[in-house]
Amino acid sequence: MYGIGMVRGMGVTIKHFIGTYVDDLRWFGRRYYNPEAFAVRQSPKAQGVFTVQYPEEKLVTPEEFRYIPFLIYDELEDGTRQDRCTSCGICAKVCPPQCIWIVRSDDPETGRPIPEPAEFFIDVDICMNCGLCSEFCPFEAIRMDNDYEISTYDRLSDNIYNKAKLDKPASYYASIRPRNYAVDEAAIAEKQAKKAAKEAARKQRQQEKNQTSDG
Amino acid sequence: MTDEGTPQVEEAAREPDAMEQQFPGVLTLDERDNFEGYLVPPDKLVEFATQLRDELGYDYLSSVTGVDYLPDERMEVVYHAYRMEGGPAFVFKTQVPRNDPTVPTLVGVWPGADFQEREAWDLLGIRFMGHPNLRRILMWEGFEGHPLRKDWHEAYYEEDSKPFANRWPEGGVYRIEDEVAFGKNVQYPSEFSPDGWTPEGDEGLYAGMGQISTDGNGSELKTDQIVVNLGPQHPSTHGVFRMVVTLDGETVTDLKPVMGYLHRNHEQIGERNTYIMNMPYTDRLDYLASMSNNFGYALAVEKLMGIKPPERAEYIRVMMAELTRIQSHLWSIGFLMNDLGAFQTPALYAITERELILDIFEAVSGSRMMCNYFRFGGLARDLPPGTLQTIRELAFERLPRRIDELDLYLTGNEIVRTRTIGVGVLSAEKAVAFSAGGPVLRASGVPYDVRRAEPYGIYDRFDFDVAVRYGGDVYDRYLIRVDEIRESIKIVQQAVEDIPEGEIQTGKHAFQVRVPAGEAYGRVENPKGELGFYVVSNGKPNPWRYHIRAPSFINLTALGEMCKGHKVADVVAILGSIDIVLGEVDR
Repeated sequence: MYGIGMVRGMGVTIKHFIGTYVDDLRWFGRRYYNPEAFAVRQSPKAQGVFTVQYPEEKLVTPEEFRYIPFLIYDELEDGTRQDRCTSCGICAKVCPPQCIWIVRSDDPETGRPIPEPAEFFIDVDICMNCGLCSEFCPFEAIRMDNDYEISTYDRLSDNIYNKAKLDKPASYYASIRPRNYAVDEAAIAEKQAKKAAKEAARKQRQQEKNQTSDG
Repeated sequence: MTDEGTPQVEEAAREPDAMEQQFPGVLTLDERDNFEGYLVPPDKLVEFATQLRDELGYDYLSSVTGVDYLPDERMEVVYHAYRMEGGPAFVFKTQVPRNDPTVPTLVGVWPGADFQEREAWDLLGIRFMGHPNLRRILMWEGFEGHPLRKDWHEAYYEEDSKPFANRWPEGGVYRIEDEVAFGKNVQYPSEFSPDGWTPEGDEGLYAGMGQISTDGNGSELKTDQIVVNLGPQHPSTHGVFRMVVTLDGETVTDLKPVMGYLHRNHEQIGERNTYIMNMPYTDRLDYLASMSNNFGYALAVEKLMGIKPPERAEYIRVMMAELTRIQSHLWSIGFLMNDLGAFQTPALYAITERELILDIFEAVSGSRMMCNYFRFGGLARDLPPGTLQTIRELAFERLPRRIDELDLYLTGNEIVRTRTIGVGVLSAEKAVAFSAGGPVLRASGVPYDVRRAEPYGIYDRFDFDVAVRYGGDVYDRYLIRVDEIRESIKIVQQAVEDIPEGEIQTGKHAFQVRVPAGEAYGRVENPKGELGFYVVSNGKPNPWRYHIRAPSFINLTALGEMCKGHKVADVVAILGSIDIVLGEVDR
């Protein structure tokens, strides 16, 4: 019969329409503004209206979510900050749109370059959030942020981030990406252990050398 | 022909192979290291191409592109042809001097060469003699130069290749727009005045269309044909795309697509980039299918490097590519219904399911659409915990149910059927001749799928059918996408069951990869059709040539053919059924 297909289609639409109310009943009116219900509503078990009441509700970003890089510094016990970045330039070399500018610093006495950036710029207008800088950083120093609400009034003055704006403590990174942070910490610990072992071996060699020269 | 002496001398020392014996004096094996295919002299090109099509059965010309070998002062045109039964490509090339690159056109042999030859003319300045409509296609008329030539520099030119030296260690930050001010960022020919310019390209465009006749058709009513521009700003074009339509009443008598509004010379950017830098750029081609774009590019470069990803990475790649196909087809169906006038309801139902797949992409790669997930010889990272379970829930429970539901409310709908059945018919012969790809080709009754014809990755292990429909109309192009979603779900189910534990990267995860000199063509079955990456390396950190065989772009070649004789409203539906993405059309 002509029109039966349309009626069937209407049936599906009505089912979708009623689905929201069924889901509402299931949550006893706590379908909205409730993290538990929200998690279900955005999962493969979702039923009924799917939309998110942004900005009152926000999607929970997964750990890997990446948006604009930042630089990590460690907070030492005496309260000073230590940059992890050594200004090796790998991030600037791998950056596809070439939006990273790094100024290396020189030792004021000897004039030789030291492993610390004097300045670090990222033009976030150009940054494409690909995450390659963080992926290939050998010092766990540049990492992707997850704050996507970064609109400003003036792109000319506000959108070239300098080092002061990019610097964030390691604890911040731990708070946004606990799993990746743990991986990084393990890598750093491993490097330090290697370095310590090397140092010990060197000292031992030195000692042996001294002994032989003494003897 | 500067080069013709060299291969012939070498040929004397070498036994000619079967193909060379079959075509003596026509074919010469391309003997450069890591290059494949044969060289054909330009004056024998058309004759050879006809024989290749008619006698050897290579009836499908997939890709035509040019390469500018600046140091050798020559241009090369590279052709990839296939048999519709499957199997590898037959690659042939023709070389011409760079100062006068003139090649006979192959539009007469394969009409699908039309847009691709125009593109090669536009970007590389290779003249195709006898081409019926050799005008610029991506750049605008009045543009100076051919931007893919190696000695052409863009307005914001900094250096020939990245990384740019001034980023590190000097770091004097600046914006290139400040250096090259607005108004100075466009290059004109010296005699050109932008204010006094009338787009003569458009006159040429209109003149090339059906001759305007007012009588002589026997009807008493005197009618005029009128030319109507659909787009570039028109909701039905899914972006900035223009169709110049000649109408007789409401009936379309001719249609010419005009594109390039989103052109950014992706290929030139790609040739400035290092290999790894291109990965995120491929996301931006067909931005609905970034994972499978990554796949094609990774395949091409892996071919050159001679590496293969480990098992687990292969499985993840297939899962991601198939999930991409599902979400891309869902989107396409939803918006085809929008084009037909079923505003937003089917589109939003489709988007709901798509969102769930994008959530997986986001969890895996960090971004919903610009995934940048594949690496040469592996992947950026392993699946995070819990993701496999989500994919399982989707593939085994939710998606099959939702696709059945979609089938239930759309396939039988009388309005959908009336609007789509018999509209925009493309016959199998024409689909092949016009180099149509993907769902457009298969809906016309040609069961050609790269995953079967020349399996890449681990597609030979999966049990799935190549969906095929025989009507060739808009309805079948809708149905084929539903079929393909079902097949993709089958593949994802198998992959989820079989995925092994293990490494996800072959070799070191390095930011600078060593790619040996040579050429490679990596092709994948993208949701829109065959996506090919033609990469030529000269051993340096940047590709010498980086070309994309863009399925949406080439599928448009047949658009005019499909629309003739239909009503204006059907044009919108036909365009929707081809499913183009302008990021890929315009590149």
